[in-house]
Order: sequence, then structure tokens, then C-alpha cells
Amino acid sequence: MTADRVSYTLDSTLETVNNAEETAGRMATEAGFDDEEVMKISMAVREAAVNAVLHGNAYDPSKKVTLAFERTSHDLVIVIKDQGKGLDASKIPDPLAPENLMKTSGRGIFLIRSFMDEVEIHPSQTGTELIMIKHVHGNPADSKEAPQ
Amino acid sequence: MTMKSSTRQVDGVTIVDLSGRITLGEGSVVLRETVRDLLSKGQKKILLNLGDVNYIDSSGIGELVSAFTTSKNQGGELKLLNLTKKVHDLLQITKLYTVFDVKEDEAGAVKSFTK
Repeated sequence: MTADRVSYTLDSTLETVNNAEETAGRMATEAGFDDEEVMKISMAVREAAVNAVLHGNAYDPSKKVTLAFERTSHDLVIVIKDQGKGLDASKIPDPLAPENLMKTSGRGIFLIRSFMDEVEIHPSQTGTELIMIKHVHGNPADSKEAPQ
Repeated sequence: MTMKSSTRQVDGVTIVDLSGRITLGEGSVVLRETVRDLLSKGQKKILLNLGDVNYIDSSGIGELVSAFTTSKNQGGELKLLNLTKKVHDLLQITKLYTVFDVKEDEAGAVKSFTK
């Protein structure tokens, strides 16, 4: 199996959010995803970057965000880490619950889960690691027929 | 691309033509300030034309919800016009499509406001 990996260390700024989104779009395009999937992936990464910069690192200039993309033969794996207090995903209210529908925030993780195939959240005292996986469909390796 | 906003009056309804991205930062702020400004001037029938809005993030969704709630709380009405497929799909998955009053043609939308 081949794998290409690239990672970035980014400041806790709004510019990082925009850069992460743009980079994700480029990576997803290069991985062969169609326009709609590229949009979903870049939006998921944007939401993850917002969480890291805003809620994790709280715009603290001394804290960094790391963003990594890994292309395997079957997946695009995106990992984003912050240096915040650690996100307890179990405490995020369901944004689709009637009582939360008109809230003005709290939809980021929901959108990430909606747009990606697999999402893992690993909080710790030194920050949160968010792993997002999108399966590569139509990969030639996937469509090979089994030997007769 | 940042967001642009311009307003026009049609039969007592303020149509806000938005273009660009409603995202964390400038886009959300422009929307918030535009709606607040209209409400403060007593222009409480607001139709947000999102035909040229090609991208909204969760922050932008939050601003739309806030604009809707703020208008309603001040005795106004806020409706959405011309959703792109992306924005339409986003409002569907967040279950907000049925919360907002979404219109597809401008003339019909203007007539639908309370006289």
C-alpha cells in the first residue's frame, strides 16, 4: 500500500481556518473526489479548523494547530490537532433536537460527521485530536475483479 | 471571496441581495449588521436573497438563525429567497429548511409578507 502524507503547523488565526479549507479542497481534488465530495471534505476541515482555533486554542498566539493529510490507497485521512483543554464530544448537545434547533452555534461536529465517512475525536489534557476519514470511491484498486 | 450585501425596496419589503460566502468572520458580521441596521430603521419585512451565496459554514447558519429570531422577536418577518443547492442541502441536513420560510420567486415572496 502506498501512502502520501503532508502536515502543516498553523497559527491560531482565522487565516488558518481559510487555509485549512483551501488545502483540504486541493488535497481532495488531487485524491480524485468529485466536486460535491470536495466541497463536503473542505467544509468538514473548515469546521474542524474553527473548532481547533476558536474553541480549542481560543485564538491563543502561543498555541498551534497541526493539520495532516494522508492519502492511502483506500482513504483520505485528515488529522487536526489543537492545544486546548480537550473537547468532550459527549457534552455537545444534539443540534437536531427540537430544543436546540434555533441555537446559533453547536453544529460544527454534526456537520463534520455528516460529511465524512468516519470521525474520531480524541480529547486529552493537552488538546484534541480529530481524525476524519473519507473513503476513496472508484479507486482502480477497489474495482478490480477477483481473479477467476 | 468576502460577502457583499446590498438592499432595495419592493412594495414595502426590503430585499437584501447577498453574494459570496457567509462564514466565520467578515461574512457573518456583514449579515448580522445588515439585519440589525434594517430592524433599527423599522424595516421589518426582510427578504434575504441568497441566490449568489455559494457557501455557508456553521457560523453562517448560526447567523441566519440569529437574523430570523431577532426579526421575529422585534415583530418582523425574515424570509429566504433563491437558495443554491449547497445552501438548500445544508438547511435540509440541519433540519432548518422547514423552520425558515423559503421562497423561490421574488414576486411571490414579496406578496407573501403580511400587509
